[in-house]
Amino acid sequence: MTVLGASLHSLQQDFASWLVTADEAAAMRLGRADGLAIYQNNYRVSLMTSLEAGFEQVHSWLGDEAFARAAAHFIDAYPPHGWTLDAYGADFATTLASLYPQDPEVADLARIDWAVGQAFVAGNADPAGADVLTEVDWDVARIALVPSMLMVEVGSNADKIWLALAGEGEVPAPCALPERATLFVWRQGFESVMRRAEPVEVRIAECSRDGFTFAQCCEDLARDMGEEAAVEQAGGVLGQWIAEGLVAGLS
Amino acid sequence: MTSSLSGFGLGMRREHYAAYVDGSAKVDFIEVISENFMVEGGRPLDTLFKARSNYPLALHGVSLSVGSADGVRSDYLERLRQLVDLMEPAVVSDHLCWTRIGNFNSHDLLPLPMTEEALQVVCANIGRAQDALGRAMLFENPSSYIAFPGAMTEWEFLAEMVSRTGCRLLLDVNNIHVSATNHGFDPIAYLDGVPWRAVGQVHLAGHSVGQTMLIDTHDQPVPECVWQLYAAALRRAGDLPTMIERDDNIPDLAELIGELDTARELHAETLAFEAAA
Repeated sequence: MTVLGASLHSLQQDFASWLVTADEAAAMRLGRADGLAIYQNNYRVSLMTSLEAGFEQVHSWLGDEAFARAAAHFIDAYPPHGWTLDAYGADFATTLASLYPQDPEVADLARIDWAVGQAFVAGNADPAGADVLTEVDWDVARIALVPSMLMVEVGSNADKIWLALAGEGEVPAPCALPERATLFVWRQGFESVMRRAEPVEVRIAECSRDGFTFAQCCEDLARDMGEEAAVEQAGGVLGQWIAEGLVAGLS
Repeated sequence: MTSSLSGFGLGMRREHYAAYVDGSAKVDFIEVISENFMVEGGRPLDTLFKARSNYPLALHGVSLSVGSADGVRSDYLERLRQLVDLMEPAVVSDHLCWTRIGNFNSHDLLPLPMTEEALQVVCANIGRAQDALGRAMLFENPSSYIAFPGAMTEWEFLAEMVSRTGCRLLLDVNNIHVSATNHGFDPIAYLDGVPWRAVGQVHLAGHSVGQTMLIDTHDQPVPECVWQLYAAALRRAGDLPTMIERDDNIPDLAELIGELDTARELHAETLAFEAAA
């Protein structure tokens, strides 16, 4: 044992090195105790379990063996930083994209799993009803989206695969999309929901998130489609969003 | 609902949420893992709100990391404080361990050397946490698989920690058994060294037998050796709120309630015997 003279900080850095990289020199300084292997096993099992829970449909799609290999690769490359395991896996899609460059649906499924998980515990907000449209000053009104609303960009039909794996029909064959698509993921009540968004919706959502008023969003659209079509389309989108519980208010 | 803990409780696990939400579970209090509810919103917080309207609540954390040589994280303390303010628990607890150093978080309860340096670090971190929360916390003795050379025993460390910080203790009887077996110390000597007036809660759990050591897995019923040690603890402490932890291989709630009834009976028999003696 050499730890008697070592500071607590050094001991903890050695312990971390052992857990992350099985650093033999660190193990020597920690006294090469049998228990080190137990701690390393606990460390890796808890991260693996966390990834299995957080990326359920990626797990289903890849199967146990391939998922375990991908997760082990990720655990080696990305030691956890956050105080909650819920934060672990934010970069898993990046790892999957590098492991499966010919199968874009794998990383896309991870992006969807992650967004669904984030939406599940996002802040609460009562969705606005249609009455929110009365007495609105349209010159200054801004769309406030519900806090759970996330946008996920995909290059494959991973959304269809995800929904099928979650129990909504037959699982389709994977295919790349001719153009990348954006998914809206949000929470209705306590359940996370998802659908593919139209380009005009994405533009209005990004414009609103950037702090622009509804009128300014319409002006932005009008540059491409003319004022009349822009107002008509933006109005339609706003009505649909209210019906779907995507709008927290018009401020 | 804020009240002190008493009686016999269970860790509230997802499989049994419905019985805690509707109040039908026959327990005197519930305990949850704090970090599972340190979220912005959604179903988890709603479930806890409903359950804590039926039962006194204990918040039990795993990520405070009072043993970290570089201190406790402000963002963690702030989020914990928000949850405490929201839920008004009867007790807030964590572990005597470290989980994080620098930007690395192990998500495991890692062992500390029982040294004066570690004691000073732990006491400074506990002081900061208790100041942030505005209340005394309970700290649990961990299971361990390594015993670093140190200047004192774990029970001496705990007693000094209580004396310096005013914190309280959550005594995990299974952890005493696991560590005593793994490191070859006498669990009764441990109990004799515990500052009982500071103990606010007891944990019971099961463990697994590994190749060379016992592993604190919480996936088995409470074994006989732990029941016996629990009785020995009661003889020293008298009445203590007691909880059974089960985190894996989770059975029906009725089975856990049955196990809790064993604790109730043992508690009653032991205290009656002590009163008569």
